[in-house]
Amino acid sequence: MYDSPALEASVDQKETKIAAKDVQVHYGDTHAIKDVSIDIPAKTVTAFIGPSGCGKSTFLRCLNRMNDTIDICRVTGDILLDGEDIYDKRVDPVQLRAKVGMVFQKPNPFPKSIYDNIAYGPRIHGLARTKADLDVIVEKSLRRGAIWDEVKDRLHAPGTGLSGGQQQRLCIARAVATEPEVLLMDEPCSALDPIATAQVEELIDELRHKFAVVIVTHSMQQAARVSQKTAFFHLGNLVEFGDTGQIFTNPQDPRTESYITGRIG
Amino acid sequence: MTDVSQTPQNAPKTSIHTVDARTKKRNAAERRFKAYGIAAITAGLLVLLVLIGTILSNGLGAFQQTFVTLNVELLESKLDKKGERNLEDIKKVSTFGYAPLLKTAFEEKVAELELETGLKSKDMAAILSKSAAADLRNHVLEDPSRIGTTVEFTFLANSRVDGYLKGRVTRESIANDKKISAAQLDFVDMMVAAGVVKKTFNIDFIIGADASDQRPEAAGIGVAMMGSFFMMLVVLLLALPIGVAASIYLEEFAPKNWITDLIEVNISNLAAVPSIVFGILGLAVFINYMHLPQSAPLVGGLVLTLMTLPTIIISTRASLKAVPPSIRDAALGLGASKMQSVFHHVLPLAAPGILTGTIIGLAQALGETAPLLLIGMIGFIASNAPDSISAGLLSPNSAMPAQIYEWAKRAEPAFYERAWGGIIILLIFLVTMNTIAVILRRRFERRW
Amino acid sequence: MPATWPVSWLVLILLGLSVIGYFLGRQRALASAGGDSRLLHSLPNFYGMNVLLSALIPSAVVLGAWVLIQPMVINSAVSSAIPAEVIAEGSSRDLVMSDVKRVAEGLEIARESGAVTLAEIRALDATQTDIRALLAEVGVALGSDVQPAILKAAQDYRAMSITGSNAMMIIVLLIAIVGFGRSYARTHHEYRARNIVERAVLALLIGAASLAILTTVGIVLSMLFETVNFFGLHDWKDFFFGTVWAPNFRGDSELAIFPLLWGTLYISVVALFVAVPIGLFAAIYLSEYASKAVRGFAKPLLEILAGIPTIVYGLFALVTFGPFLLRMFGDGGVLGVNWMTDARSVATAGIVMGIMLIPFVSSLSDDIINAVPQSLRDGSYGLGATKSETIRQVVLPAALPGIVGAILLAASRAIGETMIVVLGAGAIARLSTNPLDALTTITTRIVSQLTGDGDFASPETLVAFALGLTLFVLTLGLNVLALYIVRKYREQYE
Repeated sequence: MYDSPALEASVDQKETKIAAKDVQVHYGDTHAIKDVSIDIPAKTVTAFIGPSGCGKSTFLRCLNRMNDTIDICRVTGDILLDGEDIYDKRVDPVQLRAKVGMVFQKPNPFPKSIYDNIAYGPRIHGLARTKADLDVIVEKSLRRGAIWDEVKDRLHAPGTGLSGGQQQRLCIARAVATEPEVLLMDEPCSALDPIATAQVEELIDELRHKFAVVIVTHSMQQAARVSQKTAFFHLGNLVEFGDTGQIFTNPQDPRTESYITGRIG
Repeated sequence: MTDVSQTPQNAPKTSIHTVDARTKKRNAAERRFKAYGIAAITAGLLVLLVLIGTILSNGLGAFQQTFVTLNVELLESKLDKKGERNLEDIKKVSTFGYAPLLKTAFEEKVAELELETGLKSKDMAAILSKSAAADLRNHVLEDPSRIGTTVEFTFLANSRVDGYLKGRVTRESIANDKKISAAQLDFVDMMVAAGVVKKTFNIDFIIGADASDQRPEAAGIGVAMMGSFFMMLVVLLLALPIGVAASIYLEEFAPKNWITDLIEVNISNLAAVPSIVFGILGLAVFINYMHLPQSAPLVGGLVLTLMTLPTIIISTRASLKAVPPSIRDAALGLGASKMQSVFHHVLPLAAPGILTGTIIGLAQALGETAPLLLIGMIGFIASNAPDSISAGLLSPNSAMPAQIYEWAKRAEPAFYERAWGGIIILLIFLVTMNTIAVILRRRFERRW
Repeated sequence: MPATWPVSWLVLILLGLSVIGYFLGRQRALASAGGDSRLLHSLPNFYGMNVLLSALIPSAVVLGAWVLIQPMVINSAVSSAIPAEVIAEGSSRDLVMSDVKRVAEGLEIARESGAVTLAEIRALDATQTDIRALLAEVGVALGSDVQPAILKAAQDYRAMSITGSNAMMIIVLLIAIVGFGRSYARTHHEYRARNIVERAVLALLIGAASLAILTTVGIVLSMLFETVNFFGLHDWKDFFFGTVWAPNFRGDSELAIFPLLWGTLYISVVALFVAVPIGLFAAIYLSEYASKAVRGFAKPLLEILAGIPTIVYGLFALVTFGPFLLRMFGDGGVLGVNWMTDARSVATAGIVMGIMLIPFVSSLSDDIINAVPQSLRDGSYGLGATKSETIRQVVLPAALPGIVGAILLAASRAIGETMIVVLGAGAIARLSTNPLDALTTITTRIVSQLTGDGDFASPETLVAFALGLTLFVLTLGLNVLALYIVRKYREQYE
């Protein structure tokens, strides 16, 4: 079945990075997220699992206000980042997204060079004063994205020319280049082959040392492999949230159990 | 794998509840950028508004015309000296013979109204159109028994008087004008007060023919409208069947090979060839080579057909493509031939789309001017409406846009008014056609 | 019997024959099946259509081809028979041929009006009769007296035309009757009429589709022939490399394309300077910022600008916008500068043309911007970019090839536009760089050279064809390039 989860005793002691309370999301007339409350810890990989259409991606997109770009989407309830409400009207979503970066389902490198893809975020946020600064950031980010060795000789080749797995690692490197505190990943491996998936999963495990990572995945094996905490969503409800090992071996809710054993989903 | 944990944590802790300076700057840039967009839209809409305003304010005047109503005594002694009412004899009296009657009519009118004017009767009669005497003569020739009676006749005022009543001509603007004097304008004022000179709706502008460049007040767009009508008839009868046939072949039957590719590239390029090039083609092929008559709506129609075909083919292909393959499969499955499936099922379903495309193509052709200039459909060429279909197709005529160009070229404010008025009529046609197209599209739009 | 039967009569006869064929064919098929249409291979209508098409199509094709080819054949036969000494210095065989045709047409008019009889025409002798006076009587004016050789050629031309037309009539009718007879004889209940008719209909469809190619060939050939004639009369080096445009109807014209090309390109550039920023920003606003309501309201309104005929823009330039510019920049104008002398200028035509092109640029750019995948925008927003940063640094660079294609299409429109420049640009061919000066363009010169009363065989008229060909090549090149770029761009995101 799936690998036995890496149980870490220290998980519970980590401070809370994002705290959501009674979050509701409406898409027009559809009630997409119902009363979700969850505390996402820092320096931990948290996985959102659940059948398709359960609202896990929608909830993820609330965490950096990507839902703002959709007109008919309405979010109520509190989502606190380090104790500050991100839906407060003083918050500029642009500034928020610099702290809460995002990686998408399909690799979406800009039609620019590899270098410019990485430099894009630091440039718009003004993170580099000189060209040399920028060079340092680009190299550091590509190393963090575990793709430096593959692209260091062709930094000025177009990013769209890379393979799917490389493109996704480039997108992760691009996201970490802005020095975010949280990294949201929306099914980052669903468009990749098994080898590329393994590379990205290894990378996610590395990233946990510096960021809070939230990953949406449709693969339970993946959740078991990379995450320390797992949240199970069903029909817009957060059914169960806990340590990954506990969720997979000893689920409390019958729905979670049905899903894990393959009866729903 | 690189050790990521070694990178130093350098970013100072910031609150997301305070907007930092850089974000403020970026948001200002954002607002500026958005403002450019709004400015562009506003500029576009403003220009449209100015254009429509210009057209209406300059053109509406053409639908009104100044007329002078007088009682004219048709003296037998002048018009039919023999008194036999013989039409041939009466015809011998030229328009010069009628001019004195007009002067007399003015003198009598002034006497009747007990007006004081220093003008000679010749100058009073000069406020009429140059065609006044000819109009009166035609009236008499229509029914010679009118000779000897006094008739009430409504004359066109000349374009200066018309302009004066419409505010186009002022006392300042006529300082160097030989055609009219301040005293004559005073006289016009008096006649207006007496109700003799009046501005009324001018049906002749809509149904009449063009007039020579001395008589803008008599010019109408009706005959040119007939020219346009016959051209559109040719375009419709040729472009629709040919365009539909070509589209059916390309969409339903054509094999994928280089010839089909060539035809397709050709059609999309023909759609972007300047219209004047089609005019050159028409001149060289239809007139110089095939010796079709010059200035004929038939030739204009042929040229516009070639020009409109690509538009119709492109839109027809789009509507054929929109019919789902399942319809074709259903027909073929019942044993219909490919040809029958297309003509019995696909074509009727695509018909609304084809019709919409055709109307839009026709509207484009209706407004086209440049090719018509080259095949001679300009100038003062037709003074009567065609009386049969073959005359409509073959006798020289103009078309609405070409007539507008002709008036614009005469460089005289009274003709400019005509040109703007013509544009209003042309735009009414175009708006109607496009509205029908939009309604058709909305009404029959199908979602498969 | 008249000397030539009008073609329209022939067409009517053909149509009548085919309609009769339809009913007879249908009837015969039914009769062969004993009146039971179920025994027929095809529906009865197909048998009728079979006879109709067999009578009509071959004869119509021959008729069309004959009408097109006969003048060419007669022309070359008569032309080559003209003795070389008749062709005067500075003239050409083509010029003489146009005289010949004029005389021949004049004789025909004279015959119709009853001034001469057929026999008299055949017996005419230029040394004895004053042909010029004879034709002047019936309203055909000739430039000079008719030489015997030309009269001879004209008589030949007339005779050949009449013989040709008569032969055409007989042959076409014969073909129609043979087609009718053959298909009628074959009509039988087992005959596969539907297959034959469908094949014929397919042939018609192919014919219709080929008309596009024929039109292009027609455009190229018609202009190419006259351009070759033009270069026979005028030095091609002057046309391409000269710098002066000074047509002179007494001859000795300088006809260089360069000043016209300069005016054309200058006005087009001004137009693009107006249309591209406004059109592009309008498209960006409509596709990225505007709410549904604003988009639904502003987009159709902007597109009205594209539906207004160019003559309207031309009149607007001539009567409203040009005089407005003159009041601003002219002598005693509002701004107190004297930079402008004529209401017609590069700026007048260019800016008005720019207005016309706004919706063209904006709707093309709108399509192209919408084709940029949403995932790229999301990627940028996810990194904390603002909307304008996303547009400027991600969307526009991604859409750039498509936008370049759209601008090239707009440029090709501007270069080929006629009415706005005819009314708004002026008629002075010079190499001025002042945008407030009047300049002239290729299209305006085509109109003025072809609408004058000039002799059709003079270089001053023929130059219009060389200009037209240049214009065609120029715009075709731009279109092909633009369509190629746009297509490549579309493929990238499909």
